[in-house]
Amino acid sequence: MRHLMNPLDFSVQELDRLFDLANDIENNMPKYAHACAGKKLATCFYEPSTRTRLSFEAAMLNLGGSVLGFSDANSSSAAKGESVSDTIRIISCYADICAMRHPKEGAPMVAAEKSRIPVINAGDGGHQHPTQTLTDLLTIRSLRGRLDHLTIGLCGDLKFGRTVHSLINALSRYEGMRFIFISPDELRIPDYITEMLRDKQIPYEEVIRLEEKMPELDILYMTRVQKERFFNEEDYIRLKDFYILNKKKLRKAPENMLILHPLPRVNEISVDVDDDPRAVYFKQAQYGVYVRMALILTLLNIQV
Amino acid sequence: MLNVGKIEEGFVLDHIQAGMAMSIYHHLQLDKLDCTVAIIKNARSDKMEKKDILKVECDIDMLDLDVLGFIDHNITVNVIKNGEIVEKKKLHLPKQIRNVIYCRNPRCITSVEQELPHVFVLADPRLGIYRCKYCEEKFDRRNL
Repeated sequence: MRHLMNPLDFSVQELDRLFDLANDIENNMPKYAHACAGKKLATCFYEPSTRTRLSFEAAMLNLGGSVLGFSDANSSSAAKGESVSDTIRIISCYADICAMRHPKEGAPMVAAEKSRIPVINAGDGGHQHPTQTLTDLLTIRSLRGRLDHLTIGLCGDLKFGRTVHSLINALSRYEGMRFIFISPDELRIPDYITEMLRDKQIPYEEVIRLEEKMPELDILYMTRVQKERFFNEEDYIRLKDFYILNKKKLRKAPENMLILHPLPRVNEISVDVDDDPRAVYFKQAQYGVYVRMALILTLLNIQV
Repeated sequence: MLNVGKIEEGFVLDHIQAGMAMSIYHHLQLDKLDCTVAIIKNARSDKMEKKDILKVECDIDMLDLDVLGFIDHNITVNVIKNGEIVEKKKLHLPKQIRNVIYCRNPRCITSVEQELPHVFVLADPRLGIYRCKYCEEKFDRRNL
């Protein structure tokens, strides 16, 4: 039995198979409409995350399965003090697969150790959110046709953003990658990531302004710059406009560049960009459902 | 020069970094063993200038050498039988250690679920870096 805790749990070859399946699902939805008939997905969300939970539920419903679960710790037995290990033992009696989100790092791994059903980490604090990374990879592969030999710009909060760290780790396994990190000094990419890239001899650059490297990018991955990450408001006001993508800044971007964002977007991408064909962040959410469908089928070992 | 007598059966842990003997004493849980233990601090050493030595008279299966490998794999472990060295064991960084060190990350699941073991996994054998199995927080050796 397999679980998914970390995006690197799957080899590059296994990911290829997963993404092939996700693309087949995308093109032949009716074929998969009853693939999980009689199967149940438990969504155990110890903290609210509407989009991720609904994406998992939509994925299972699309496969003809059913869903049950809870959407915050107060409505679960955790409020009475039950441990994650005990909860998953019970959930294993009720469902065939479980997606777990928990504010504490490593909680889904504790569950996986005691579980009789596959467990998917649906986000554990600031640690991992593997299905977001799979979503990002599938979006790039589907819309760009490959996951190698790409220049990817990551913009915004690169210090605390777990989605960014996971994505870099995942993409660093492919050949010919080049990274451009675009962030204020306060939110620079952590050293352990740049050390890893240097170890693997993967080229990267760090820049302050978004426009600087725009013409060189194949992918622009935007993230939110949160006000509370800055030491003072002055710095925030001074820097925030550097990291807002609008139509004007986009003029310098290549015609076929893709703009991704893990969402929710606040103001870092101006709404006038939404209609640009390069803006694929809403398609990305759709790919999130396809990749979760493929993941459920893979972990349940269901062949269609 | 201080002289500490020979032991008949047990271990002589040599080339311990000066000042680390008590830490090793605790990590090996020698306080819980009912046997003779000699702790020698700041002994003269050609190689290290100063070193600590531990002599433990016990059955040779009673010590967890994995713990010792984690603390300092440069320590020399001499196995003694009938008053003679019968083996010099080489220490390795263990792949995993359990309940020897504790995760201090307040966001880790081990911080709220007290019954969970504290497991650290060898993440980088070259640099000897251990990370919490659950939250992947790096263990800072200054906390040893």
